[in-house]
Amino acid sequence: MFPTPLSKRSPYLKPLYLITVLAVLIMFLLPLAAILLTSIRPGSDITAGNYWGIPSRFALAENYGEVFNPARSPMLRYFINSTLITLPAVFFSILISSMAGFALAVYRFKGRIALYAMFIAGNFIPYQILMIPVRTMFVRFGLFDTIFGLALFHTAFQTGFATFFLRNFIVELPISLVESARVEGASEIRIFRSVILPLLRPALASLGVLLFTFVWNDFFWALTLVQSDKARPITFGLSALKGQWLISWNLIAAGSVVAALPSVLVFFILQKQFIAGLTLGGVKE
Amino acid sequence: MDVNSQYRLYKMQYRLAPLYFLLPALILFSIFVIFPIGQSIWLSFHSWDGFGSATWVGLKNYINLSQDERFLASLKNNGLWLVLMMLAPVFGLALSLFLNQEIRGMRTIKSLFFFPFVINLVVIGLVFSWFYNPDLGLLALLFRMVGLEPIPILADENLATYGIIIAALWPQTAYCLILYLTGLTGISSQLVEAGKIDGAGGLSMFRHIILPQLRPATIVAVTVTVIGSLRSFDLIAIMTAGGPWGSSYVLAYHMYDEAIFNFKMGYGAAISVILFLVMVVFIAFFLKNILKSEK
Repeated sequence: MFPTPLSKRSPYLKPLYLITVLAVLIMFLLPLAAILLTSIRPGSDITAGNYWGIPSRFALAENYGEVFNPARSPMLRYFINSTLITLPAVFFSILISSMAGFALAVYRFKGRIALYAMFIAGNFIPYQILMIPVRTMFVRFGLFDTIFGLALFHTAFQTGFATFFLRNFIVELPISLVESARVEGASEIRIFRSVILPLLRPALASLGVLLFTFVWNDFFWALTLVQSDKARPITFGLSALKGQWLISWNLIAAGSVVAALPSVLVFFILQKQFIAGLTLGGVKE
Repeated sequence: MDVNSQYRLYKMQYRLAPLYFLLPALILFSIFVIFPIGQSIWLSFHSWDGFGSATWVGLKNYINLSQDERFLASLKNNGLWLVLMMLAPVFGLALSLFLNQEIRGMRTIKSLFFFPFVINLVVIGLVFSWFYNPDLGLLALLFRMVGLEPIPILADENLATYGIIIAALWPQTAYCLILYLTGLTGISSQLVEAGKIDGAGGLSMFRHIILPQLRPATIVAVTVTVIGSLRSFDLIAIMTAGGPWGSSYVLAYHMYDEAIFNFKMGYGAAISVILFLVMVVFIAFFLKNILKSEK
C-alpha cells in the first residue's frame, strides 16, 4: 500500500490524520452544505440578510412544499419529465448496445475494430457539431419539444459509450461458453439471451447507474431540443425557474437539491457498481 | 423441413448474426451522430438562416471567423480551460494519496468526496454563482471579514472565466480522485517493498514506483478532462451566459449563440467544425491507446 498505512506509524498520527481529513472534507463539501442549509431556511431569513448564519426556523416542509406544489411551480412536472426521459433512454440504450457489444466481441468479421472505434469516438465528439442537423431533423419530424424525441436522442447518443463498455466486458467472458452452446445447436439469438445476458448482469447494473446520471444531468440537449414546460427536464427547468424565483434563494436551493437528488441517491445506493463502471469504462489496460 | 435446409438456415443465422445484432445500434447511431457530423461540415460552407434554402459560400464562414474577435476570444478561453483544468488530475491524485488509508469509516469519507461528480452542472453553476455573489455570497462575507471590498467575480471581464473554471474543477477533481483511488488499490505491494529495500523513500518511491503504475489512470483522467474542458458549455450558460461582454465565451457557447440567437447556422456550423477538429486530435490519441491492445 502507498502511502505507508498509518497503523505502521506513530499511534499519535491517527487522530491527527482523521481531524485533517474531516477538515478537508468539510471544505470540499462546503458548497453542498450551504445549499442544504439554505433549502431549509425560511424566506424571511433571506430578506433579512441572514444567508449564512443559523436559520431562524426550520422551513424544510415549507420550501420543498412550495417547490413541489403544482399550482405554484412546474417543478413536479419537470421531475416527471426527467424520469420519463431518463428511464426509457437508459433501458433502450442498454438493450441495443448489449446486442451490438455482443456482436463486436464475439464475431470476427471485417471492420469490427473500425465500428468499435466509431462508437468510442462518437461518444467524445462535441455536441455542437450535432446540434443544427439534429434540431432541424427534430423540427421536421415532429420530435421537437417532445419527451419521446429527447429520450430517443439520448438512447442513440448513449449507445456509443454503452457499446464500448459492454463490448469490453463481453470480450473478457470465456468464449468457450458460446462455442459449447453452439455445439449443442443453440441459435445465436438464444446464445445471446440465455448465455450472455445472464452473465452481463453486474456490468448492466454498473452501466445503468452511469447512463442514468449522464442522461438525468443533461442540460445542453434539453436546451436545444425542448422549448415548453410539457417536455422540459429538471435541469433546464431549474435554470428557467432561477429567473422566476429571482432572489428567493431558499426556493432555488430546494429546487437544486431536488434536481440533484436522484443521481446522488443512485450513486450512494449503487456505489460499488458505479465505481466499478467508471473503472471498467476507463482504466483498462 | 428436411435436415439439409434446416442446416442451411442454422448456418445463415450464424453468418448474419453480426449484422442483425449490430443493426439497431448502427441505425440509431448513424441517424443521430454520424450523419449529422457530415451535415454540419457541409453546412459550414453555406449561409443559412434556418428557414429558407442554404446558399453555398465556400470558405467565407471560415474566413470571417479568422477576423471575428469573439471567436478569437473563445479560442483563447478554450486554451485557458484546457490548461487550468489539468489541475483536476493533479488535485485528484494528491487527494487520493491523502485518502488512501484503511481506517474505520474511511469508505464513507471517500464516497463523500466522490459524489460532487454526479451532481448536474446546472446545480453546480447555481451554487457557485451564489458563492461568488458580491452582495450575499460566502466569498463576499469572507472578504468583508478581512476588511476588503468584495469583488464581483462573474461580472468582471478578467475574472469571469477563472470563476467558472474553478466551479468546473470541483466535480472533475472528484472524478479524477475516483480513478486514482481505484488505481492505488491495484499497486503491486511487492514493488513497493522492493523499493523500500532499495532505499527509496517517500518522494522517489512515488516518482519511480507509484506514478508509473498509475499510468492507465492518468491517461484516462487526462484525456477525459481534456475532452470535458473543450466541451464546457453548461456552466458558462448558467453562470454568465458568455458575459460580461462576451469575455467568458468558449467555442461551444459561441456556436450555440450564433445558431440559436443570431440564426447564423452556417457560421455556427463552421465554429462547431473547428471545435470538432481540435477534439479529434485528442480523441485520436485516446483511441490509439484503447486500440493498442486490440488486434
